[in-house]
Amino acid sequence: MTHRTNTRVLSVEALARVEGEGAMHLTLDGDTITDLRLEIYEPPRFYEAFLRGRSYTEPPDITARICGICPVAYQSSATQAIEDACGVVIPEDIRMLRRLQYCGEWIESHVLHVYLLHAPDFLGYHSAMEMAADGHRDVVARGLRMKKIGNELLETVGGRAIHPINVKVGGFYRAPTRRELRAHLDDLRWGRDAAAETVRWVAGLDFPDLEFDYEFVALADPDGRYPIDTGRVVSNTGIDIAVQQFGDYFEEFHVRHSTALHGRRRNGGSHRDGHYFVGPLARWALQADTLPESVAAVAREAGLSAAERNPFRSIVVRAVEVLYAYEEAVRIIEQYETPERSAVDVPPRAGTGHGISEAPRGILYHRYTIDDEGTITDAVITPPTAQNQPTIEDDLRRFAGDHLHLSDAELQWRCEQAIRNYDPCISCSTHFLTLTVDRR
Amino acid sequence: MSAAVPSLAVWKFASCDGCQLSLLDCEDELLAVAGAVRIAHFLEASSQVEPGPYDVSLVEGSITTEHDVERIHEIREASGTLVTIGACATAGGIQALRNNADVTAFTDIVYARPDYISTLATSTAIADHVPVDFELRGCPIDRGQLLELITALLAGRRPRVRQHSVCLECKQRGTVCVMVAHGTPCLGPVTHAGCGALCPAYGRGCYGCFGPMHHPNPPALRSTLVDLGMPSRDIARLYQTFNAASPEFAEAARQEERA
Repeated sequence: MTHRTNTRVLSVEALARVEGEGAMHLTLDGDTITDLRLEIYEPPRFYEAFLRGRSYTEPPDITARICGICPVAYQSSATQAIEDACGVVIPEDIRMLRRLQYCGEWIESHVLHVYLLHAPDFLGYHSAMEMAADGHRDVVARGLRMKKIGNELLETVGGRAIHPINVKVGGFYRAPTRRELRAHLDDLRWGRDAAAETVRWVAGLDFPDLEFDYEFVALADPDGRYPIDTGRVVSNTGIDIAVQQFGDYFEEFHVRHSTALHGRRRNGGSHRDGHYFVGPLARWALQADTLPESVAAVAREAGLSAAERNPFRSIVVRAVEVLYAYEEAVRIIEQYETPERSAVDVPPRAGTGHGISEAPRGILYHRYTIDDEGTITDAVITPPTAQNQPTIEDDLRRFAGDHLHLSDAELQWRCEQAIRNYDPCISCSTHFLTLTVDRR
Repeated sequence: MSAAVPSLAVWKFASCDGCQLSLLDCEDELLAVAGAVRIAHFLEASSQVEPGPYDVSLVEGSITTEHDVERIHEIREASGTLVTIGACATAGGIQALRNNADVTAFTDIVYARPDYISTLATSTAIADHVPVDFELRGCPIDRGQLLELITALLAGRRPRVRQHSVCLECKQRGTVCVMVAHGTPCLGPVTHAGCGALCPAYGRGCYGCFGPMHHPNPPALRSTLVDLGMPSRDIARLYQTFNAASPEFAEAARQEERA
């Protein structure tokens, strides 16, 4: 960091407590921001290229490896897309088992972010380990137990928490028994209470006054529940489409400073040059009325408004979603009967299929084209962080612009914190962050 | 270990973050580990970054850019013990599927502006660039093996990580052989132990995510897979996943291309 007359240069080499590798670059001329870029330098891994020529049965295992934190999201969108291509609709009991597995991932991923990645920002620590060593041990221990319960559910349904092995096109290799799942109920009910405590705890953190205008995009569950595993694509600007139309409304474009493609609305959309926003705030804004009263009451008590537009308060929404995920897992398990068959046959058929689900960070879209032997000829994967990247840059430009009076060190700390509001998943989006600020 | 409290660094190259997440997934042990070591560099978990040298470095991910070639040499230089964790670091990962393809064509498929992308034509294991003291296999690594590794390093002994095949783990677990009993193709006979033979316990064949065992015998397995009616293309695909660039699995896949 250096200061020259009229010139401030501020630089951070690597952003921490985000998933993946990236940098942020800020150029200031006096009090004017002339350039702000989130640089994603996570090296490209070319999934969409090497999926060509693979079998239609392989994407659940292969695309899971795009992200170690949300592999179930990849497995869910992939299986749906391939089943769509082959014209197969899975039975309701298999769908509910997928939704249950997804609840485990929402718990594991959101609790990781709330307790280990995001809360230290609000309390002034470098890490949750430092928090624990400085008087917050009970809080951190609660978060770790909550996360463990999510992982244990993933292990029972999926075989293991990271890159589950039990998911296949058409369903599961083996359906867990009723008894195996019911063994989780006591822990899940404990988790539900701990999640309600978590909502109260994070609602009491200090939030800056800040509101942005967003075009929110999320899913609408076919049964009118809070969206997780599938649904139509809806927005606060009147979009209401089937997943098959996704490509007619949304597109990806490539910018020089990122190995992640950026998402935008086709034909410009209605907000900010077509930039839109997916994830917890979007789900909350569009689907909060589908939450059961037990969850909605805790959210109301925490002071969440009908449409939260302060990204710093996303931590409260994430905590509410954790509460819902526990509650939904309990509901599914209480109604679960061991299914007669764990999967349905999905014979290959030439065609194109689409799949979409609510990854913890927002909608994740997959499209595959397969030939009549089941060989993949084309694959498109649109992860949530790629869709959000332009919006994150917009928000940071505004946020940094309002805080130019801060010292470089403080500005850097606040910008890093602002970036973590979005829980960016950079391995996903590249398939993010060093901060440099040039003040000229 | 040089200091009373040894320092631990965690590094990431091309990867999914899943293997370093395994450390944060040790929920019951994480705070104990954080008390026994000084976490000096672990960007996913902490914004506090200390300069080296580091007593132990855990390295996740494969080498895919010129910059990363330089970076791994700097990390090796700054590290006492260097341990690679997971299939990307030990074998190049699934992104090594580019090694036998035209990476320019790959870039054209994924990116609208290939001229913005800089990448090497290959994805390679860490040991292809610098000496590695120990490796943990798997996609992802096994949490239990990671804890054993950290415990062993703290105690100054060699980690107890077995190198036999997944078959033995099935026997230990009491799982009936899916290949013999159900005719399900399985890579268990040639795959490194460590997962606890998960897949067969769920009624599917092993798909080799821990990579080759010590001295595997793919030709012997091949005759069984062919008897089960597997075409060469499918056998090759089985070897061409997360450990595709490991010498033994790469050779097994080449055999199928010749077949």
